[in-house]
Amino acid sequence: MDSGLAAPRRSGMTGWFARAHASPASRFLDVSIRFARYAGTIPHPAKTPVALPPLDSPQWQSPWRAFAWGLRSITQTILTIVLFVTYLGIGALAHDTHFSLAWALASTLFVWAGPAQIILITTLGSGATIIQSAIAVTVSAIRLFPMVVSVLPLMRTPQTKRRELIFAAHLTAVTLWVECHRFLPQVPRERRIAFVHGLGFGLVSVCLCANTVGYFLAANLTQTLGGAILLLTPLSFLFSTARNSREVADVVALALGIVLYPLAAMMNSGLDILVSGVAAGTIAYGVHWWREVRA
Amino acid sequence: MSVAQLIGDWHALAVLFVAGVIPNQIWRMLGLWFGGGIDEGSELLVWVRAVATAILAGVIAQIVVEPPGALASVPDGLRYGAVGAGLVVFLLTRRSIFAGVVTGEVFMLVGKWWLG
Repeated sequence: MDSGLAAPRRSGMTGWFARAHASPASRFLDVSIRFARYAGTIPHPAKTPVALPPLDSPQWQSPWRAFAWGLRSITQTILTIVLFVTYLGIGALAHDTHFSLAWALASTLFVWAGPAQIILITTLGSGATIIQSAIAVTVSAIRLFPMVVSVLPLMRTPQTKRRELIFAAHLTAVTLWVECHRFLPQVPRERRIAFVHGLGFGLVSVCLCANTVGYFLAANLTQTLGGAILLLTPLSFLFSTARNSREVADVVALALGIVLYPLAAMMNSGLDILVSGVAAGTIAYGVHWWREVRA
Repeated sequence: MSVAQLIGDWHALAVLFVAGVIPNQIWRMLGLWFGGGIDEGSELLVWVRAVATAILAGVIAQIVVEPPGALASVPDGLRYGAVGAGLVVFLLTRRSIFAGVVTGEVFMLVGKWWLG
């Protein structure tokens, strides 16, 4: 029984969904698609069935079983491999930028956002001040806000206390966000928090292993293979960001951001990435605005 | 590699929290606290997302243009070529991340081997 569909607290936000759509499934899909625009990705709702027990199965009676099902679900998604490769690269990057392994692992555990970690490592590594790095990181992290806003109502029941959602909020990043929209419709609502804890725990563990492997590979491999591991980071980020770019503004921001960086770097201000990012992003927004006005 | 090297100095860990953890987590916690009140039609969020994407693009460019560590041993042209080849295959395979990454890596490794 999907008791918590009315969970979003401000009824104004979702009220028209309730009127416009009869079935819980279609309402759910609409919420995800509406929010997708702001979080930067369109999730792919379950087209193929996910290997989970039926909603009324006794398997779901124990929260620990739900946790275990969440943990097991990391084998059900290709994104686990993408994450592994990305964090392999982050581990190698941390090594070659002279950060310690504990530092790299702590950043994965406490930051848990690939782009923010890479921005942090590359800016600090290239001599930016703490303030400059913090600004670049926080701008990249704003996208987490709409992600958390859209994903938590999926787990909330009327009895859920806010503190029970803290870990789920911490674990929210693009991978978990996409997977929640795919898996959670097949998880009973009162077990969803436990399921997400299991899924997040599994993904974080995979990434911590990847960090460690990448760190030691970078330390021990030949220059060529070490370079190959470091090249994983720009490749996987470029393609996963490009894959998530559905609107023209996203594509313009990505392409211009790459082109403008070398120009900004010539100014040698120490704020290169911020300068090129704000300029390219603002132009991309201009393109978006111009198209909206003309439409 | 000693244990001390693996832990590193506490100053670096403090920098991690000030420059990395806090600026990142603040948005998740704001989402948790004020989640219901978000303005869905906000043009500000569209701009923020575009800037965030462009900053990430700048980081990608920085790693390729000013490579860290071992990546600096790969010649400029080979790094650009690898990203370009990966991008072409990524687009040809209808946005397959896997095909793009593998192509870029193979291009770089074969190029390095060929150049000697």
